Amino acid sequence: MRLSLRELSVVFRGPDGGRLPALGPISFEVAAEEFVCVVGPSGCGKSTLIRALAGLQLPSSGQALCDGDLIDRPMQRFAIMFQDANLMPWRTVLDNIALPLEIAGISRAERHKTVRKLLPQLHLESFALAYPAELSGGMSQRVALGRVIVQNPRVWLLDEPFGALDALTREKLSLELLRLRRRNLQTVIMVTHDISEAVLLADRVIVMSRRPGRLVADIRVDLPRPRLPEMIFDEKFLQLAKRVRAEIESLGA
Amino acid sequence: MGKKGNTSFQERASDLPIHIGATLRRLSPILALGCLLLLWQFISERELISHILVPPPRAVYLAFVEALGDGRLPKHAFVTLEEMLYGLLLGVGIGLAVGYAIAKLPLLEYILAPIIVGFQSTPIVAYAPLLVIWFGSGPTSKVVTTAVIVFFPTLVNTIVGIRGVSPNLRDMMRSLKAGRWQMFRHLEAPSALPVILAGLKTSATLAVIGAVVGEFVSQGSGLGYLVTSARNLYDTPLVIVAVLTMTAISLSLYGLVGFVEWRFLVWQRRSSM
Repeated sequence: MRLSLRELSVVFRGPDGGRLPALGPISFEVAAEEFVCVVGPSGCGKSTLIRALAGLQLPSSGQALCDGDLIDRPMQRFAIMFQDANLMPWRTVLDNIALPLEIAGISRAERHKTVRKLLPQLHLESFALAYPAELSGGMSQRVALGRVIVQNPRVWLLDEPFGALDALTREKLSLELLRLRRRNLQTVIMVTHDISEAVLLADRVIVMSRRPGRLVADIRVDLPRPRLPEMIFDEKFLQLAKRVRAEIESLGA
Repeated sequence: MGKKGNTSFQERASDLPIHIGATLRRLSPILALGCLLLLWQFISERELISHILVPPPRAVYLAFVEALGDGRLPKHAFVTLEEMLYGLLLGVGIGLAVGYAIAKLPLLEYILAPIIVGFQSTPIVAYAPLLVIWFGSGPTSKVVTTAVIVFFPTLVNTIVGIRGVSPNLRDMMRSLKAGRWQMFRHLEAPSALPVILAGLKTSATLAVIGAVVGEFVSQGSGLGYLVTSARNLYDTPLVIVAVLTMTAISLSLYGLVGFVEWRFLVWQRRSSM
């Protein structure tokens, strides 16, 4: 599915009634099955961008479109993942992953069958009946990832999905994300802080300015696929990472 | 965090003194109760206080057997229990509904707060006679008194519980295109349940106060009536029997809610391991 942002901006109302511009106006296109990473200083409106694409935040002006249709509410075949795993503490791993199927009205037996098939890919097969409080941060994010995959979405909206994890877990999970995606190509928009993560995963890296975030740079990453962890030592990778870093640094401290 | 659970379990198993401490802790309320009974026995044996004021435990026991045998105790206890249960049903039901509405519509809180806080800060004993005037001297006025008294903790905990629902989980449910009912059934209700059950525990113990206050105000039947009539006859043992029965009823209800908590909040037990 193709996404486009047209002069999209979001302005919040401050506690004193004043205007708090949070995002944009920003315009860019994401081709079908493209993987785009969005980087930028904290508080630049990256999360607002994801929420606008998810149909959770109405724009103050401009539009977000999906294959030409206006995104004005949560869309079919869109899935969203947050920095916090956002699991329901009263549901087991199995039932957390099965939640989207339950909302969609799929029978218990059917949804358990689907989720059980998915668990080995997520390395969670021995945790089906565990509760979220019994999981590590990395495992919780795997459950959240499972909850995305089970929806069989065409568009993945990822808001710093691995932001709260340690560097090693984070790298491992981001490569797992690529592997899980390869089986079934989708359009992905992922917000991240991490320049290497952005360059390693994405087809394009979009750099946003300070609040209210506007588009500063749109950098194509022409590294071959499949992406491998050792690519981070390639000359080409380093050049791209340096370019992204230079764009972010040009925004000023 | 599963790992953390394991280590604490091992610590507990290897550290025997802590285990003995836990047993002692569990037995201590029984020990305290035993000491109280011994003190009571001692006072009445020496007649340190007149038997009319503090009858010996045996007299109370005999009064209990007699009241049980002639059916007075079960009859009155049943009346009180029935008033309490209907009162709980009414008060908790309205508390849940109004609490949910207030949590969803903050404007309602501004409108209703003065009325609700006013009601809550007035002693129930003061306006119980009014309720008898309005609802008659039959069981209805007692049911209403109970309902009024259990309404408040249910209301407050429902508001706290529903407002405490994680906004991120709300967004997640919205992105799954969950409808209003699904939002309630899959997110709001389970998320608020622990807080609501805590409120229900408070309500369960308050219910007996409501019923008995009602019975004090308008006579007829129930444990409150049994207390008043026994007092008029200077039958102190029977007064004590009636009072202890109220305690037993109230503790049983508290225990029942505790059991429901234990049964339905498995995830909380697993989480705090």
